[in-house]
Amino acid sequence: MDNSIKKQKIILTAALIIGLFGLLLILEQLLPSSSMLFVVLKKGAIYALAVVSMNLLNGFTGLFSLGQAGFMLIGAYTYAIFTIPLEARDMVYQYFDGGIIKFALPVIPAIILSGIVTAIFAYLIGLPVLRLKSDYLAIATLGFAEIIRAFFQWDKLGPVTNGSNLLKMYPVFHSVIFPFAVSGICIAIIVLLINSSYGRAFKAIRDDETAAEAMGINLARHKQISFTISSFFAGVSGALLAMFQTTVQASAFRATMTYEILLIVVIGGIGSVTGSCLASFLFIACSEWWLRFLDNTTYIGSFKVPLLATGFRKVFFSVVIMIIVLFYNRGIMGTNEFSLDALIGFFRKRFDRHRKEDTAA
Amino acid sequence: MTDVVLRLENLTMQFGGVLAVDNLSLEVKKDKITALIGPNGAGKTTAFNCITGVYEPTNGCVYFYDEAIVSNRPRGKMKKLYAGENTNTDRRIISDTHDMNTKMGIARNFQNIRLFKSLTVFENVLVAKHMRMKQNVFTATFRLNYREEKRVREECMELLEEQGLLHLRNEMAGNLPYGLQRRLEIARALATQPRLLLLDEPAAGMNPQETQELADFIVRTRDKYNLTVFLIEHHMDLVMRISDHIYVLDFGKLIAHGTPEEVQNNQRVIDAYLGVAEDA
Repeated sequence: MDNSIKKQKIILTAALIIGLFGLLLILEQLLPSSSMLFVVLKKGAIYALAVVSMNLLNGFTGLFSLGQAGFMLIGAYTYAIFTIPLEARDMVYQYFDGGIIKFALPVIPAIILSGIVTAIFAYLIGLPVLRLKSDYLAIATLGFAEIIRAFFQWDKLGPVTNGSNLLKMYPVFHSVIFPFAVSGICIAIIVLLINSSYGRAFKAIRDDETAAEAMGINLARHKQISFTISSFFAGVSGALLAMFQTTVQASAFRATMTYEILLIVVIGGIGSVTGSCLASFLFIACSEWWLRFLDNTTYIGSFKVPLLATGFRKVFFSVVIMIIVLFYNRGIMGTNEFSLDALIGFFRKRFDRHRKEDTAA
Repeated sequence: MTDVVLRLENLTMQFGGVLAVDNLSLEVKKDKITALIGPNGAGKTTAFNCITGVYEPTNGCVYFYDEAIVSNRPRGKMKKLYAGENTNTDRRIISDTHDMNTKMGIARNFQNIRLFKSLTVFENVLVAKHMRMKQNVFTATFRLNYREEKRVREECMELLEEQGLLHLRNEMAGNLPYGLQRRLEIARALATQPRLLLLDEPAAGMNPQETQELADFIVRTRDKYNLTVFLIEHHMDLVMRISDHIYVLDFGKLIAHGTPEEVQNNQRVIDAYLGVAEDA
């Protein structure tokens, strides 16, 4: 009985995933490739991965880290550095004699490598930083992220990182399928981790460190594992972001980016993977597309709509953050996960209530 | 194999100028129920925290089955400030962390319940099994440890059934009523497969009826799992009924020990609990 339900669920989930990719394929055929929808979908998928990896740390292990942008930077740079084709290197590294790396990797190994390099950096940073708690950890990781940004712009590292110049001409993706597939696989792995024995240990640490230690969980080791794995996926999302932007520059990975990701984590619900995914698409759609009009001066007839000017979008977002933090601080999903069962249950409850009200009336 | 499970030698814990535990030496015998009692603030919980590795004592040793798990002597700044007697013969410095002591087989509960509130009852017990599972992150993530996982799940189901918590296994631990939270915490401690169980006021906040049940439960559990129990308790009827040996602490100092009858009739114990009359 239990097994057949499980099987049904797996089939249903698989069908949903295939359906999603089918829908994406159809959309790509129907709409022009310059459509805003694709920008949102691509960036949304990339951000979803970044947000889920941050949620693994902040929401599931209870480590308040603000190093996300720094780790994404490492991922983006690693990807770009190792995939620029040989013939383009002279042009990209024009101030550094074509750089010192004289080979190029295929796309997929480069993406995995960017995750690994980020994870190594994170491991080393984690050794001192993870001894800190709460706010202090946040400050330290934020500091390290800024150091990484400055470090990658350092002129002496030019032959590798091209100094503060752009990295470009590396392979990029055109189809929306690619970021969806990579993000999807990575998020699936994170979900598997969260539901494993280690995931339970992480949640135990989040709930109560002393009790977790009393249960024989080695705090330092588990925090390090969580930090490293989270950074691995942040690196992968950085690589994807590099592909999306087609150029990489260290100065773009500011703390603002971390806050943006943190904001999405909060909107989606700290401790909810599906909430994070939903929120990242929603946030990207709003900031890139739906709320663009807030930045344009608009006239209705001869009447100039007040407040609408460049930068107003940012103001609007700040207000939204405050409203969410004050009145809705569990986010869209809280710590719940979106599932078909829950959805059906939700509608059934609604339906039952309506019916009861009807019969009562 | 000796029959002494836990031995404290000259254990001293100093916070600032306060000697919370002062030169405490005691022994916990195998398969016995030993109690540590004393008025509020006598340093009982501090002693527990030193044993499990939450605190690093200022001076003294803790032996678990004749193996030193904690050993310290005043050093650094403490050398000057130290107010206790420096009688530690073991010069080694060993400070095992809490999780290492749990792995060796010392399990405990907490005075103010510390459950993983956002995990379910079942998951709370599963967490305790985590350290004993043969796995690493990769095998766990990709479910290559499914046999291990299945075995552990079955063990936890059995444990929950014994504790009468099976029907609540999918409840959030934080939503359980107080008494059941206490019981779950003990179940969780048992899931770590301990050899020594430290109970810090297990009957706190319980009515006489519940206390009675708890007493039976402790004895039953001890027999079933071949445990040694070391408990702190304020409910004297519980302590007197089930303890084999009692140690009495007052202001960090051991003032008496012996069987329940001996302790009950000890004048210093009576003074410590009831106070000494001014004109006596």
